[in-house]
Amino acid sequence: MKMILTIAGKELRSLFASPMAWVILAMLQLLLGLFFANGIDRYFEAMQGAMPPEQRMGFTAFVVPQVFGVAVLVLLTAVPLLTMRLIAEERKSQTLVFLFSAPVSLFEIVVGKFVGLMTFISVVVLLLMAMTLSMHVATDIDTAHVLTNALGMWLMAAAFSALGIFMSSLTQQPIIAAIISFIALLGLIIIDSFAADPESPLNYLSLMRHFEPLSSGMLNTADIAYFILFTATFLVLTVRRLDADRLRG
Amino acid sequence: MTTVTVEVSELTRAYGDNKVVREVSFNLNKGEVLGFLGPNGAGKSTTMKMLTGNLAPTSGTVKICGIDMIENPKEAKALIGYLPETPPLYKELTVDEMLALAARMHGVPRGKVKRAVDHVKERTGLTEMGKRLCENLSTGYQQRVGIAQAIIHSPMVVVLDEPTRGLDPIQIKDIRALIKELGGEHSVILSTHILPEVEMVCDHVQIIHQGQLVFSGEIDQLRKSRESDCLVVGMRRAPATDALLALPGVVEASPAGNLLRLRFADMAGDAVAESLVRAAVAGDWGLYQVAPDVASLEDVFLQLTQMEEVAA
Repeated sequence: MKMILTIAGKELRSLFASPMAWVILAMLQLLLGLFFANGIDRYFEAMQGAMPPEQRMGFTAFVVPQVFGVAVLVLLTAVPLLTMRLIAEERKSQTLVFLFSAPVSLFEIVVGKFVGLMTFISVVVLLLMAMTLSMHVATDIDTAHVLTNALGMWLMAAAFSALGIFMSSLTQQPIIAAIISFIALLGLIIIDSFAADPESPLNYLSLMRHFEPLSSGMLNTADIAYFILFTATFLVLTVRRLDADRLRG
Repeated sequence: MTTVTVEVSELTRAYGDNKVVREVSFNLNKGEVLGFLGPNGAGKSTTMKMLTGNLAPTSGTVKICGIDMIENPKEAKALIGYLPETPPLYKELTVDEMLALAARMHGVPRGKVKRAVDHVKERTGLTEMGKRLCENLSTGYQQRVGIAQAIIHSPMVVVLDEPTRGLDPIQIKDIRALIKELGGEHSVILSTHILPEVEMVCDHVQIIHQGQLVFSGEIDQLRKSRESDCLVVGMRRAPATDALLALPGVVEASPAGNLLRLRFADMAGDAVAESLVRAAVAGDWGLYQVAPDVASLEDVFLQLTQMEEVAA
């Protein structure tokens, strides 16, 4: 556990040593802030019109899922950029040996890197949560609904990160890792639109299908289990891939 | 009492049918410095990777202080410090951060990390460099940080893959002194293809060629095999060969370029050189050079590696 935190700390330090982390944080904040402000405007427009009372909806249900939905799409491009260097670059600059020679297991190495990245992403999620909750000054916010959205975004990010780390372990070139991760994630998000039959198993694979219930405020064990299994699978695959390095040379 | 720190038996590594390392076995005691010699591609680095758990052997075992590297990699790795071919430095970290990370990764307790970093910087001459980014260091300093991260947790066994590569002569001298010093308390395994280096710092030498050990023994043994029973003599007015053969102990005199090579029946003692000089002065032979005909380490090395080729 101590080693996991040591590695996570190192990853965070490396992340903030490059402008990438700061740029992503700033751009995300700007973009989501704009979306949020825009969402508030549109809420007033929609609700000011002659809308029958039964069709009216709360501020939270109208604005928050939109903002978090956009945030997830932004993460879809940001996470591959953050995960690409995690292993590929270490392999390229031959620093992987440093980790392999230290008395830590491969599992600790991979989980350490994952925890480091997720700490950064948690900052993004918390900032966005703080932004939406700030509307408390003007109206009643459904805090629980914001929380399920935040949880959904966090779980999506965890799944993105795990897949990104795995792709990063496959290659020496960070850029290739980023491109493959992006394509794979995009595929997994839109895969349900290829299914003609609404009962098709493809639907179940789609990341978006498991995010939507959380985004509409429904906490479903099956969805959470899906994200946890997805994340764990790719982390284990990464460990296997690194072990193959040791075995095959 | 001697403690065995490294036990390697029948270590083999094959890539497909190509056996890069073939049944290498050796032991190393505490406080010894082992030099690993070999031409490029002989299997030095592969052996070191297997010693440090970076590469799984096809067969054979590695034991560090009795702990099997394959069965208990964590415990075994804790006893090793390793400098690979390329120093593994995170370029975005400063020297202090890098060394602190190395200390924590190797289980140095939190409170002692700073002291360990300061101590190791002093030993490797990095005290002034603490705040610099690893990226901006010269190759020589990067190499030193690489050595520093390998010894920061005072491991039982230090494995250094070409430690003096990229260093200037003064740094090489410092690092060699450091390696000798390390040999006092740790066991050191170092690979190199610089032959005099082995002679300077190592107690034991192993020569590896095409994946096999072709020589393994104490450095004195290697040194002895260099000594020959000849003197190379330079004279301006050399006498007839018969006059030289008449000298005590001389069995053969043959020209070697501008010089003469005299073979003696028995090189023991300095008496032979002394009698030669006396005769030269008496005979006014214009003697200007007398030197033992030492085969260079390179010759010995070539001999050993080429013998192997003939046998194979």
